Amino acid sequence: MTLVSGWGRFPVVDSDVLRPRSFAAVGEAVSSGTVARGNGRAYGDAAIGAVRTVAMTGFDRVRSFDPVTGRIRLEAGVLLSDLIDTFGPRGFLPFVVPGTRFVSVGGAIAADVHGKNHHCEGGFGRYVDSLLLRTGQGEVIEASREQNADAFFATVGGMGLTGIILEATMRLRRVETGWIRERVISASDLDAAMRALAASDEATYSVAWIDCVARGRDLGRSLIYLGEHAGRDELADGADVFPVGKDPGLSVPVDLPSLALNRASIRAFNELYYRMGARRAGSSRVVSLYPYFFPLDSIGEWNRIYGKRGFLQHQCVIPEAGARAVLGEILDRVARRGDASFLAVLKKLGQGDGILSFPLPGYTLALDFPVKGDILNFLDEIDRLVVAAGGRLYLAKDARQSRATFAAGYPALQRFNAICKSLDPAGNIRSKLSQRLFDEV
Amino acid sequence: MTSRKSVLVLGGSSDIGRAAARAFAKAGYDVALAGRDVAALEPDAADLRARYNVEVGLHRFDVLDTASFDGFVASLPGLPDVVISIVGLLGVQENAESDLAHASAIMRSNYEGPALILGLFAEKFLARGSGTLVGVSSVAGDRGRASNYVYGSAKAGFSAFLSGLRARASRGGVHVVTVKPGFVRTRMTEGMKLIGPLTVEAPVVGDAILAAVENKTDVVYVSGKWRLVMLIIKALPEAVFKKLKF
Repeated sequence: MTLVSGWGRFPVVDSDVLRPRSFAAVGEAVSSGTVARGNGRAYGDAAIGAVRTVAMTGFDRVRSFDPVTGRIRLEAGVLLSDLIDTFGPRGFLPFVVPGTRFVSVGGAIAADVHGKNHHCEGGFGRYVDSLLLRTGQGEVIEASREQNADAFFATVGGMGLTGIILEATMRLRRVETGWIRERVISASDLDAAMRALAASDEATYSVAWIDCVARGRDLGRSLIYLGEHAGRDELADGADVFPVGKDPGLSVPVDLPSLALNRASIRAFNELYYRMGARRAGSSRVVSLYPYFFPLDSIGEWNRIYGKRGFLQHQCVIPEAGARAVLGEILDRVARRGDASFLAVLKKLGQGDGILSFPLPGYTLALDFPVKGDILNFLDEIDRLVVAAGGRLYLAKDARQSRATFAAGYPALQRFNAICKSLDPAGNIRSKLSQRLFDEV
Repeated sequence: MTSRKSVLVLGGSSDIGRAAARAFAKAGYDVALAGRDVAALEPDAADLRARYNVEVGLHRFDVLDTASFDGFVASLPGLPDVVISIVGLLGVQENAESDLAHASAIMRSNYEGPALILGLFAEKFLARGSGTLVGVSSVAGDRGRASNYVYGSAKAGFSAFLSGLRARASRGGVHVVTVKPGFVRTRMTEGMKLIGPLTVEAPVVGDAILAAVENKTDVVYVSGKWRLVMLIIKALPEAVFKKLKF
């Protein structure tokens, strides 16, 4: 047994980790209580097997690529960072990238990850044409919108619970350059931020960073980052058409003591960040895709700044109608608490594609909290607000929501369970997350 | 055939072999992969073609079958610009202490075979007046240790062979690189206790091999820390060293 945790390093649990080298060996590895793991960037317990965890990053081969259509067939362990580094210089990028590029294709499908373009272009699964799935009862099936459609839509966003994704065929986006034309808008409060996001529907990429320390009149003050793919004619003379993605230059070498992130340091950081951003408001500039999409990837192991006990990311989505009131209430409670970190992100989402996909038309808010004190109780109270507004939590980030919160947020759960049952009658595929939330007691 | 540069990777299915093949293909080299099981190399060939749009050839090569070496070299469609030998066998030290066949396999896989095949290519390269040979040896060859001296001695022999070959071949326009990777997270080391700060991932080794070829480096410790570690280990007096169990 090995101690395993997600990116948030909470919880840390025992699971048997296997590293098969062939698809046949993947099949042999599956037994009661197994789930696949990609690059381990799910925050909580999604990619930890109830008994056994099958590590898939060894499956990192591209099978075929068509440079005319941008269609690619690859093994599920290929990382998006690898795809970007390899195919970016050839003029192709993934249609959807989350906030880190260090995720596997299999993980991105299983979480149906969203990016800054979800409001107009949908999630990762929308660009997956088909996938090769090893089900819990040992069948290897090809699933697409036409063939085994139930399995396909259950696998997109299904948190690995339909089986082990072995390969996928997906489409890449043709781009002229690896640069983004970025425009910053400053919003003095939550109303302004939501108005700015709503008014930016036609922007390909949009996201708001919220100062979650600001209170009162300033509650919800934000910087909104809009982005478009830049053309060659927009680049500075001599700039590489496709910039090089550097490995994290700076790494957090040790677990910082919990004192390092306190009210004062978070407040100072937020104040500085907002002021610096606001100075650039209204202007437009061309930035490399790496800092635009993956600002935190430049700091290796940034999860260690929250100290040894780990951290929780709370990411909810609230349907559009009730969003303003609930988001205001959540932000007010967080600001009064004062220990949320500098990572507070607000973004508009569209319709999800998978049966269990997280997105729904509305606003998503992501907040980080160190694991300490009464944080679990505090988040339970936030969850009540989310559920009351018809919202739900992102499973890829979750480590602690209750069964009731989960069931209320995902009304398609029964249909999902029925599909899993038909693919895996014995119930071999089980993660710590599914034990916590899905399994009947 | 294209006019691009070409590299032959002996031991192409190993993790370091795959990483080296990717690094060279990314730099625009056409690639030939050689290994015992050609069918097992197919997915890697497809991967290189799809990623980097280069030509990839597959060839059967068994490092223990030294009688086949002449035929193997003759069967290649052309003489590559770079030949990299990554073949090797870690084996199990304990078994090698009493099982002569196992000890012999370790010695032959890590020394005899790699040295003979690179020696053969060296003659061809010298006749042509150009080329680079890369031998992946090991820090284990820097000093024989109680816990793996069968493997270590074979690597020591290989390192010495490369050193001598380099001195001779450099006068004929042929460069020889010795690579000492240190701990690498691969199939070969799976389950071993590796020391985190001294351990690298296979792609780091692949990139280091490419850089060494392009910069004409003689001896590469992939992680600079290993150079220091081995300097200290080599400097220990035998009277002290023999008391150490590692």
